Amino acid sequence: MRKLTIRRGGAVGSAVALVAATAAACGGGESEATQSELGKDDVLTITTFSDFGYDKLIDEWNADPDRPFTVKMTKIADWDPWKKTLTQDLQAGHGLTDIVAVEGDAMPAFLADGASDQFADLSDPELEDRWVDYAYQAAQTADGKQIGYPTDAGPEAFCYRADLFEKAGLPSDREAVKPIFESWDSYFAAGEEFVAKVPGSKWYDSSGSIAQAMLNQAEFPFQTEDNTVDVENPELEEVWNTVTEYSETLSPQVVQWGEDWTANFRNDGFATMPCPGWMFSNIKSSAPKVEGWDIVDAFPGGGGNWGGSYLAVPMQSEHQEEAQEFAAWLTAADQEVAAFDAAGNYPANLEAQQVLADRNETDAYFNDAPTAEILASRAAAVEPGRPYKGDKYSDILGLFQTAIQRVDEGSSPDDSWETFVQAVGSL
Amino acid sequence: MRLSPYLYVVPFFAVFLVVGVYPMVYSGYLSFFSWPRYGPHHGDPVGFANYAHVLQDPVFHKAFWNTIGIFLLSSVPQVILATVIAAMLDTQLRGRTWWRMSVLLPFVVSPAATALIFGSLFADKTGLVNEVIHAVGLPKVGWHSDRLASWTAIASMVNYRWTGYNTLIILAALQAVSSHLYEAAAIDGAGRVKQFFHVALPSIRPTMLFVIVTSTIGGLQIFTEPRLFDTNLQFQGGADYQYQTLTMYVFNTSNSATDPYPRAAAATWIIVLIIITIALLNFAVTRMIQRRSER
Repeated sequence: MRKLTIRRGGAVGSAVALVAATAAACGGGESEATQSELGKDDVLTITTFSDFGYDKLIDEWNADPDRPFTVKMTKIADWDPWKKTLTQDLQAGHGLTDIVAVEGDAMPAFLADGASDQFADLSDPELEDRWVDYAYQAAQTADGKQIGYPTDAGPEAFCYRADLFEKAGLPSDREAVKPIFESWDSYFAAGEEFVAKVPGSKWYDSSGSIAQAMLNQAEFPFQTEDNTVDVENPELEEVWNTVTEYSETLSPQVVQWGEDWTANFRNDGFATMPCPGWMFSNIKSSAPKVEGWDIVDAFPGGGGNWGGSYLAVPMQSEHQEEAQEFAAWLTAADQEVAAFDAAGNYPANLEAQQVLADRNETDAYFNDAPTAEILASRAAAVEPGRPYKGDKYSDILGLFQTAIQRVDEGSSPDDSWETFVQAVGSL
Repeated sequence: MRLSPYLYVVPFFAVFLVVGVYPMVYSGYLSFFSWPRYGPHHGDPVGFANYAHVLQDPVFHKAFWNTIGIFLLSSVPQVILATVIAAMLDTQLRGRTWWRMSVLLPFVVSPAATALIFGSLFADKTGLVNEVIHAVGLPKVGWHSDRLASWTAIASMVNYRWTGYNTLIILAALQAVSSHLYEAAAIDGAGRVKQFFHVALPSIRPTMLFVIVTSTIGGLQIFTEPRLFDTNLQFQGGADYQYQTLTMYVFNTSNSATDPYPRAAAATWIIVLIIITIALLNFAVTRMIQRRSER
């Protein structure tokens, strides 16, 4: 029996040692990884989410006998699971690929102190004028460290159903509708006229997308310049009051991306929606048989940007120089045009935007609208630096959208606002 | 050689220590520290601040009651239904194997697929269930906005998946009951129903206990169904947290802005305590019933 106890002690001892070893291995470090050079057949790794349109580009790169190194890409279906892995591996200090794709709204959180130390500085004076200003600056820390290169941007136009407009007696021609989208006042006024004449349809796709569009024009919606959380400001209250006021009359009161939202594309559920370039393919796939969609080169209250991603290089990469080189290559004009052709992501690269505009491409689905020209003009209308995105931008934005959903589902705006303020307080 | 049995179980316990005990202990340790988001190391000790935060969070309170509500709406009907179906299958049916296999069919469907199907059935405006309700002339139900309705929808998903599984376990126990007992009861003049309540049920008590305990634990850990049922883009379990469960709370907290991991760790440990309490309660109640029936 005594012997047994010792043996058991031994087993526990070795297990404890194993645990200790694991713990030690997991202990993260923020120190920079030792750098090593890559040969032709050595692999540089990159992770992207959803579709960046890089498959063909990387195949071509790897097929080139003169390539400096080989590239292997991991594709993750959605941003959210990838965000979790990215966060965990940053904290663990290892496990990430040499290049990582980062979604635009989450970028501010990675720019915060502590987080930005874990990314390599990609600033390069030769490249800094290559992209739309607002997209480039959004990946820059306060002290000028550049942690990402913009892959695409989401300048917003408005998509509308010309056939439903006609039914309501509104103008439907791409030029003639512009006055409707002149300001938010004219937009909502036309909406009230529309729903009065076409009772079966609502004016826009969801309260959330209109809130998003208005927020994208605000200066400091959630946080002040020094990142103090301040949601009880007049700017945000105005967005709140407007959206909740029209929830009953103009909105179908459904959540974006949900079953009911998608169904509304097919059953004339609504007539207009804010439309960044990447939304085009969503409309086409949700309503392949609906005829009457068109795009107007105007946006109430100016312009706005919705979406757009970045390529970043984590400090834990052992090939930071090559990673930066490859990220710069992927975000150069030719490659961003190729990515647009493959996946429809509107380029953040200025030269690439010009190339697309010169091609004068039209889209038959949207009544032959000159999509590239419209998006280039919309990109010019975006005000850089708006909205200010502090470190908690995407967290608060989520809570705000949730608060709007509550009103859509029947809560009183005041109760919902109170819950929102409380939830922001416990962030 | 009394050593060998221990040697045989060592591999399991070694693995269990590393992937089971160590993370548990470490999460307990972590729950007393701060850890800024994206930071590589945990920060200073904060005492019970993380526990205080979780316990004072109104969302946590809501999640607690949601979990209890969904648990009651799923586990209770599930066990009763499973017992009834098992009793019916324990007779001389034609094509018995076919009936028994078809009961298990929903269990084979992956939970993600189940959630997709039920998500479109219970869609608030265009779902089949509401279309039918509307066709009969009743007002549509807010399956995603009304608290009780959302619990019901989620519980029906859980029941769809697990009733068949529990049925088979209970059926196996019922078949092990000796036929002599039934015959003796029949001679004493007991009908089918009386036989079921006074012979079958008492004989399968250990199995019933197993089924109740596993479905309790499963019910308190429910995550996949409400998460995939969620239409809220932030997965808050409905815009007003109508069906956010405790495990969803942990998951969401681990992605929040301030001290995500320590707060999630604290919430996990609070849930562990809740489950232990309910398990003890369960145990006490069944002991009491057993004692009473033995008397």
